[in-house]
Amino acid sequence: MQITITVNGAEVTRDVEPRLLLVHFIRDHLGLTGTHWGCDTSQCGTCVLWLDGQPVKSCTVLAAMADGHEVRTVEDLEVDGRLDPVQQGFMEEHGLQCGFCTPGMMMTTRWLLDHDPDPDEATIREAISGQLCRCTGYENIVRAVRWAAEHPAVDQPEQEVEA
Amino acid sequence: MTSTEHAPPTTSPAGNPIGFGRMLRKEDARFLRGQGHYLDDLVLPGMLHAAILRSPVAHARITSIDTTEAEAHPKVKAVITGATLESLNLAWMPTLSADVQAVLATDKVRFQGQEVAMVIAEDKYSARDALELIDVDYDVLPAVVDAHKALDPDAPVIRDDVEGRTDNHIFDWESGDAARTDEVFDKADVVVEQKMLYPRVHPAPMETCGSIASMDRVTGKLTVWSTTQAPHAHRTVYALVAGIPEHNIQIISPDIGGGFGNKVGIYPGYVLAVVGSIVTGKPVKWVEDRSENLMSTSFARDYHMHGGIAATRDGKILGLRVDVLADHGAFNGTAQPTKFPAGFFHIFTGSYDLEAAHCKVTGVYTNKAPGGVAYACSFRITEAVYLVERMVDVLADELGIDPAELRMKNLLRPEQFPYTSMTGWEYDSGDYPRALQLALEMAGYDELRREQREKRERGELMGIGVSFFTEGVGAGPRKHMDILGLGMADGCELRVHPTGKAQLRLSVQTQGQGHETTFAQIVSQELGLPPEDIDVIHGDTDNTPFGLGTYGSRSTPVSGAAAAVVAQRIRDKARVITAAALECSPDDLEWEQGRWFVKGDRTQGKTIQEVAMLSHGTLELPEGVEGHLDASVVYDPPNLTYPFGAYICVVDVDPGTGQVDVRRFVAVDDCGPRVNPMIVEGQVHGGLADGVGMALMQLIAFDEEGNCLGSSFMDYLLPTALECPKWETGETVTPSPHHPLGLKGIGESATVGSPAAVVNAVIDALEPFGVRHADMPLTPANVWMAMQGRPMRTDLAVR
Amino acid sequence: MQTPAPVDYARATSVEHALQLLEQLGPESRLIAGGHSLLPMMRLRLARPECVVDINDLTDLDYIRLEADELRIGALTRHSAVLGSPVVGEHYAILHDAESRIADPPVRNRGTVGGSFCQADPAEDLSAVGSALKATVVLRSSQGERTVPAREFHAGPYETVLGDAEMLTEVRIPIRPGAGSAYDKVKRRAGDWAIAAAGAYVVLRGGEVADCGIGLTAVGAPHFCAPEAEAYLVGKPPTEEHVAEAARLAAEACNPRADQRGPAEYKRHLAGELTRRVLLRSVDRAQGRA
Repeated sequence: MQITITVNGAEVTRDVEPRLLLVHFIRDHLGLTGTHWGCDTSQCGTCVLWLDGQPVKSCTVLAAMADGHEVRTVEDLEVDGRLDPVQQGFMEEHGLQCGFCTPGMMMTTRWLLDHDPDPDEATIREAISGQLCRCTGYENIVRAVRWAAEHPAVDQPEQEVEA
Repeated sequence: MTSTEHAPPTTSPAGNPIGFGRMLRKEDARFLRGQGHYLDDLVLPGMLHAAILRSPVAHARITSIDTTEAEAHPKVKAVITGATLESLNLAWMPTLSADVQAVLATDKVRFQGQEVAMVIAEDKYSARDALELIDVDYDVLPAVVDAHKALDPDAPVIRDDVEGRTDNHIFDWESGDAARTDEVFDKADVVVEQKMLYPRVHPAPMETCGSIASMDRVTGKLTVWSTTQAPHAHRTVYALVAGIPEHNIQIISPDIGGGFGNKVGIYPGYVLAVVGSIVTGKPVKWVEDRSENLMSTSFARDYHMHGGIAATRDGKILGLRVDVLADHGAFNGTAQPTKFPAGFFHIFTGSYDLEAAHCKVTGVYTNKAPGGVAYACSFRITEAVYLVERMVDVLADELGIDPAELRMKNLLRPEQFPYTSMTGWEYDSGDYPRALQLALEMAGYDELRREQREKRERGELMGIGVSFFTEGVGAGPRKHMDILGLGMADGCELRVHPTGKAQLRLSVQTQGQGHETTFAQIVSQELGLPPEDIDVIHGDTDNTPFGLGTYGSRSTPVSGAAAAVVAQRIRDKARVITAAALECSPDDLEWEQGRWFVKGDRTQGKTIQEVAMLSHGTLELPEGVEGHLDASVVYDPPNLTYPFGAYICVVDVDPGTGQVDVRRFVAVDDCGPRVNPMIVEGQVHGGLADGVGMALMQLIAFDEEGNCLGSSFMDYLLPTALECPKWETGETVTPSPHHPLGLKGIGESATVGSPAAVVNAVIDALEPFGVRHADMPLTPANVWMAMQGRPMRTDLAVR
Repeated sequence: MQTPAPVDYARATSVEHALQLLEQLGPESRLIAGGHSLLPMMRLRLARPECVVDINDLTDLDYIRLEADELRIGALTRHSAVLGSPVVGEHYAILHDAESRIADPPVRNRGTVGGSFCQADPAEDLSAVGSALKATVVLRSSQGERTVPAREFHAGPYETVLGDAEMLTEVRIPIRPGAGSAYDKVKRRAGDWAIAAAGAYVVLRGGEVADCGIGLTAVGAPHFCAPEAEAYLVGKPPTEEHVAEAARLAAEACNPRADQRGPAEYKRHLAGELTRRVLLRSVDRAQGRA
C-alpha cells in the first residue's frame, strides 16, 4: 500500500507492506537511523519519536497508521547547525554514554519542556520512566533536562566540542 | 617561530583541559544528532537478512528437520541447518572456556532458545516468516533445571556429545588453605553460616547483539561488522573456527549501544552470518531480537553459595570460607583466564584483614543458556564481594554490632599495602578506612540510625545498608592471564603528524565509556597537546594494534597505561629532536606541559608541535634516531589495579506490601586519579543503577521444564528513573603504584559493590521480623514472604 | 526486532464504516486504536489477525464529558487525556490514581480507554476501575446500540461479550455527589503490570457508608469486583475495623494464581491490604481530608 507521512516537515510517500512498523519505515525506508529499537514488547523506549506532536513508541505503530500524519525524529532537533538546548544539555551534563537511548530520551525531553518549561526532578523522572537507559543511572539525564530548562534560549551560542 | 615564554596553557583553544579534567565528550557530537553508526544502522549493497530458528524446549533430541517449505519461500536465499554445518565441519565452535558449543544443534537441543536453523532472505520480515515454515520434530527429554540436582546420579546427561561423559560435572576448583581455615573456625568464638544465591541475570544492553558478514569471493577477504567489545580476539577466533587465514579477516566494531560484557563472546549467530555470506556470496546481516538476547546470549552469575564466617566475640573476623555450586548452563562458555575456572572469585576475602580463607567451586551443566562471566562483574568479583559483604552483615547481626563499625574494625589498614591476600592476590594500594569514613559522613550515618530507631518504634521499616568492596581490574599480567591462550597485553600506537595533530590507535573498544575522549586526554596529559587535536582510532582490526578488548574494567588500567607509555616514548624522542634543533644535550632540557626547554632559559625550547614538524623535516637527526614522531608499545600490566569503595544505601519498606523504595545511595569510589571526573562519575552512576536492578528486580529464572521466565522486557525488569534515587557520589584518591599514571579501572566498581548495599539495607529494614537473609531479587513478593519467615527461592518458578 | 505476520490494513472513517468493515472482513479482523496491546502480540506472533481496522480517525470517539449525571468517556480517548482531565479528577480521583500507574507516558499517549477494556487482560487496571465504579459500557453494531454493565462485560481472561462485528464506543460512569474514590497498585517496577491492584469509591451519609464499590485486578476476582465486601460495608460506619473486614471479604473472594509476580498467598494478602487502603483513602477523600 502507498502511504504519505510528513517526516520532519517534509512529505514522503512510499509503498509499504501494511504490517511494516513505523520504526522500520523511519529507519529502513527513510534511512533516518537516529531512532533506534531495543525490544519486542514496547518497554524500552529507544524508538520514541513524535507522532502528531506527542512522544510515542514507534515500534508499536504501523507505518500505515501514520499515513497522513506527522512524525518528528531526533534528526529534526538541530536547526541550522545549532543544537537544540536539549541536545546541548545532554552533552553538558553527560546525559549519554553509549548514545542508544539518547534520541528517544531527547524527544521526550523536548516535549516535556514544551509543555512544562520548569519541571522538577520528580516530574522529569516520571516523564522518562517509559524509557530505559543502562549506562547513566538516569541521574545525568535528569540534570541534562534541568540544564535545558535553565537554558531555553533558542539562540544559544554553540559550545560544541570539536570532534 | 619562537617558543612561548609564558607558562603553558591549562586549557586548549577549544576550551578543553590540557590533560586530565572535566571535558565534554568528543563522541557526543554524532550521538546527539542521531548520527551514531550502530550495527543495525549499517546497510551494504546487496545485503541479505538472517533470522534464527530456536528451540522451544530446553532439552530434546532432534529427530528431523524439514526445510523444504522455507526454501520454497520466494524471498528466501538459503536455509542453514546443523547438517549443513557438519558438512563444513562448522557445527561446533570453541567457547571461551575451552569447551565446545553447538553453532546449530545437530543431535540435541540443550537449552530453550538454542540455535537450530538459520534462514537468509531478502528482507528481515521474510526471514522471520520463513522460520515458521521449518518443521522440526523434537523428542523431548527431562531437563536439568535445578543446579542442586545436576549431579544427582539419575540426572539426565546433558553433554552426551562428549564421548564417555556420564554426568553433568564440569570442574572442581579451590583456593586458599582448607586446613588452616578449619583451625581458625575451630578456635573462633563465633561461627555463622549462610546460604545465598546470586541469581542468574543478564546484562541486557539497549542494543542487542548482531553482525554483518561479508565474504569477498574474489579476494577471499572476510569483513565482519560486529557488536564486539573485543574485535581482535574475535578475529583470532574466527580464524581458528572457520579456517580463514587471519590476515584475510577484518573485524569492525561500529558504535556499540552498551556492552556490559554481553558483547565479549562470539555467538552462534555471528558464525552463522559468516557461513551465510560464504554460502550466498552476499553480505548477511543478523541482529538478534530482545528475546533472543535474553534467552541465548551470555547470562551472568548463577552462583549458589554456602558461606561461613568466623570471628571473635568482640568482632574480629578470623576466617571466611565458601562452597559454591556454579550453574554454567549447557555449554561452559564463561570468559575468563584459563587458570581460573571460577574467574577471580577467590578474591572473596574482600577488604578485610583475616587469618585464613578457603573457597571451593563446583561447576555444573544445566539445560540453560551458556555464558557465565558477563555483566560488569570483573571476572566474578561481583559474586565474591556480594558473598563477603552479606557474610559480614550476617555476622554483625549475630554479634549485635553495627555493620559499619564491624567493617571499620576489620578493614585492611593503609600500612598493610601492598597486601597479599589469603588466596594470593596482591592488592596494590588502598586507604580503606578513609573511604568508609567519608561515606559515613556523607550519609550522616549516626543520624540515619537515630531516624531508624524512631521509625521502628512507629512500626515503619527503614533500612541502612553498608558495603565495602575491593575490585581487581586490568587483566592482566600475561604470565597469569589469557583468554583462549591469548595473553592479556594491549598494543597501542601513536602518530604525531607534521602539524602536531595526532592519531592514537587502540585495541580496546568503547561501548559508551567515552574512550575517544578519555584516551585523548591521557595523551594530552603526557604530551601537552590539546585533546581535540588527538584522534582516537579503535574498533577496526585492520587499523589498530592487537589487544584483548574492553571488559573487566581493563581499558584504563591496560590500554590507558599503553597510551601513557607510548606518549612518553614520543616525549622522550621529542627531547632528542629538540636537543638536535637547539644544538644542546638532551640532558640540558627540561619538560613542561607541551614543550622541552633549556634549563635556566625558558625562551629556548620547542613545543611538541614544533618538534613534530622538525621530525618530519630536514633537520639532521642524531645517529640512531629515526625521522617522524611515531611510536608503538605493547603493555603487559605487572599486576591488576585494585580500586575500592564504600557504599551506603537507605531504603524504606512498605510493611503492608513489601515494596522497597531506595531513598538514598551514597557511593565513595577510589579509582586513583580521575582522567575525566565527569566520565568516571557517569560510570559509577550506571553501575549503581545496575545494583538497584539486580538487588530488586532483574532475574532470569526457569520453570521446571526449563522454560526461560525472563525472556522479554515484560519479565526481565530493568530499573527506570523512578526506581533510582539521586546518586550521592564522593571520592578518595589512592594512586596505583604500578600504573604509569596511577590510574585504576572504574567501569565495574559500582556494579560490583552496590548490590550488597541494597540487599543489606533491605535486610536491615526487616530486622524487626528477624530476617537475616533473603535472596535477590528482593521483589515485593519476596520481601513480604521473607517477613512471613519464608523467603523465596528465586531461581525457580514462583509457586 | 520481532515483526508481525502479514496482515491487511483498512482505515475506518466513521463508527458505521468500522462496523461495516468488521462485518465484511469477518471474525479474523481486529480493530486497532492505540495498538499497545495488539501490536506487541502481533509482533510476537501470538496474535495474527487477517486484517486490522484502524479506528484512529474516529476522533468523535475521543472525548470526556459530563452528560445525564454521568461521566462519559469515548472509546478512543487516550490514557494521557484521562490523566490530564480536570473533570475526571474532580469527580473520580480513582481514575487519575489508576491512569498515573498504567504503563508509561509514551504508551499512555497512544493507548486508549476502549482498547484497555476490550483487551480484557486479567491484570488490566481500567477493568478494575470500571467494576469498582459500576460503570456501563456502550456497544455498537449494525443492529444498534446496547449498554452492558462493566461487571458483565468481561467473559474471562482476554474475553468479552463483544460480538464479532461490534465495538465499544463509550464508557459511562455515574456521577455520585460527595463520593470519594481511590486506586492503588503494587507492581515490581514502574510500567509493569499489577501484582495486584484495587480501586474503590465510597459515598457517606450520616456517618455511614451509603454506597460503595470495590474493584480488583490481577487477583482473579470474578468480574474484577468484590460484591460481598461492598454489601458488608453498606450501612456501616467506615471504621478501621469495618473496612478491614470488608477487605478480608474481598481477599477471600479472589482466586489469585502464582506467577513470577508472586505466590497466590501474597497476592491474596495484597488484595485485602490494597482494598483496605483504597477504602480508607476513599473515605478520607469523601470527607474532604485527602
